[in-house]
Amino acid sequence: MKVVVCVKQIPDPADPGALDPETRTLKRDVKLILDESDSYGVEMGLQLVDNAGGGEVTLVSMAPNNEQSGLRTALAMGAASATLISDTELIGSDALTTAKVLAAAIKDQEPDLVIAGSESSDGYTGTVPEMIAAVLDLPSVTAAKSIEVGGDAIQVQRQTDAGYDVVDCPLPAVISVTAGVVEPRYPSFKGIMAAKSKPLDEKSSADLGFAADAVGWAGSGQEIVDVAEAPQREAGEVIEDDGEAHLKIVEFLENLKVI
Amino acid sequence: MIDTLREFVDRDVLPNVAEFELVDAYPEAMVDQLRAFGLFGATIGEGHGGLGLDASTYARVIEELSRGWMSLAGVINSHLICAQLIERFGTDEQRAAWLPSMASGELRGCFSLSEPDSGSDAAALRCRAKKDGDELVINGTKMWVTNGERAGIVALLARTSDDAISCFLVDKQPGPEGDGGISISRHIDKLGYRGLETVEMSYADHRLSADSLLGGEEGLGQGFRWALSALELGRINVAARGVGVAQAAFDAAMAYAQERETFGRPIAQHQAIGFKLAEMATKLHAARLMVTDAARRVDAGERADVEAGMAKLFASETAAELALESMRIHGGNGFTTEYPVERLYRDAPLMIIGEGTSEIQKMVISRALLARAKE
Repeated sequence: MKVVVCVKQIPDPADPGALDPETRTLKRDVKLILDESDSYGVEMGLQLVDNAGGGEVTLVSMAPNNEQSGLRTALAMGAASATLISDTELIGSDALTTAKVLAAAIKDQEPDLVIAGSESSDGYTGTVPEMIAAVLDLPSVTAAKSIEVGGDAIQVQRQTDAGYDVVDCPLPAVISVTAGVVEPRYPSFKGIMAAKSKPLDEKSSADLGFAADAVGWAGSGQEIVDVAEAPQREAGEVIEDDGEAHLKIVEFLENLKVI
Repeated sequence: MIDTLREFVDRDVLPNVAEFELVDAYPEAMVDQLRAFGLFGATIGEGHGGLGLDASTYARVIEELSRGWMSLAGVINSHLICAQLIERFGTDEQRAAWLPSMASGELRGCFSLSEPDSGSDAAALRCRAKKDGDELVINGTKMWVTNGERAGIVALLARTSDDAISCFLVDKQPGPEGDGGISISRHIDKLGYRGLETVEMSYADHRLSADSLLGGEEGLGQGFRWALSALELGRINVAARGVGVAQAAFDAAMAYAQERETFGRPIAQHQAIGFKLAEMATKLHAARLMVTDAARRVDAGERADVEAGMAKLFASETAAELALESMRIHGGNGFTTEYPVERLYRDAPLMIIGEGTSEIQKMVISRALLARAKE
């Protein structure tokens, strides 16, 4: 079974950096790491290949500055190889352009299954996996919490607010995986050492057949016109205990109709 | 590699240590993860399926594990001393028979030198191996055997004549019931270094085949010298544990001193506490540099007996001192099981005593210094 997992390399959320005031996008000239939301997709891909008794997981990533460290992390977990698409023409690409570029790289590999995280931890558009499916004209299931393979089809448990749907889907397909549904493995030390020499194929947008004006700022139909601060959380109400605090708390909860 | 370990320690070890430690329960899930990392093969050569880590990297691994829980370093150390004896001094057949399954962690090893009446004067050991036809018969009692129960192979030091000690590879079934003439006669209840098994093992007419002698016929009478040389890496291991425990004590003190307020400000801003933090950080830094230097010498193939001994002496004493200082900074809270400091305070003395007490280190260091002066 051949599984392609899309991974995004993002600024470390513990040290999130800043927005570029001119482009209103996140500054990405810092060291990037594997987006934790994508580690669930990598883990699910590895488990599917293990259960299938053969095949491999390969990675596809689009990143600035030829960043590889997040890909090396996923290779250390057990992926076999990676394709990195990186060049300056790609700067400013919106979600749809990103999906087109990733789809072009994925298509070459003729996978049985494409897995992506439901949404990235920095951009949060949550649209790229479905766009990839549309560009490749493949069926897509979102918010998967588990995937079971049976011959040329899969059965997906798709998370909903109330529980989960069971969806049957033919292969090949594009599945987005919800964060937290599997426990991503720690890379083994042998895996970390081996990852340094696993194949990592670097491509430019031109290698994939894109003209310079079809990608980046020029090729994007989407424009960020404004960025606003998230509203501050308002301070809660402090009830000082003068011996009657419990009554005030009960009243407060009654007003909220929670008791 | 160290970053991955740090993540494991922060996420899976530190939040869960107390649950195992106080009740002295074996941390199966943590040990399984050590195995998945490949750490049971940490210093075993790549040709035998291990990671082949050099002493410098191994010391950093041990330090990081000990920052989380010193007992985890003990699970690996005893196993790797056994593996090192086989790799350095075993016959080709012995290496091929044991090392691959030890490297994967499928087979667990332990090292058994100490006895009830023979600790610092290890050469006084009484356990005997007597020839009986093609076989050997072992009789004696061994103390402080880390991993003794779960081990499937024991590197056992036993007397083969009045003036000769040899090392035997004792193949046994893992488990509490022992095997043949071997019994796990006691689980030792300890102040610290809890959660992993430290046992007393008794051998009563236990029979071994002749090929159990480490190094074959040529290994007869070499056991004691070999064991001492394997313990050089053991000293760097214990020194690295000291640095890890000292780091944990310092981290806890730093965090608490900035959070706890007295007389209207964080206690870190009182000079009495600030000076303590400065002294702790300085000693911690010195201890780490000494371990790094000793490990680098080992990796460069240089003689490191003095430096490994000094690193072990200083780092273990530093760990004990910083654990107590950290407890002082924590005040009454540090004396409770709510905070991790009391565990560090109980764990630290193990390093002052294990793999040669501080007093033995001073003997080793001074004798080696005098020997070097004569050269």
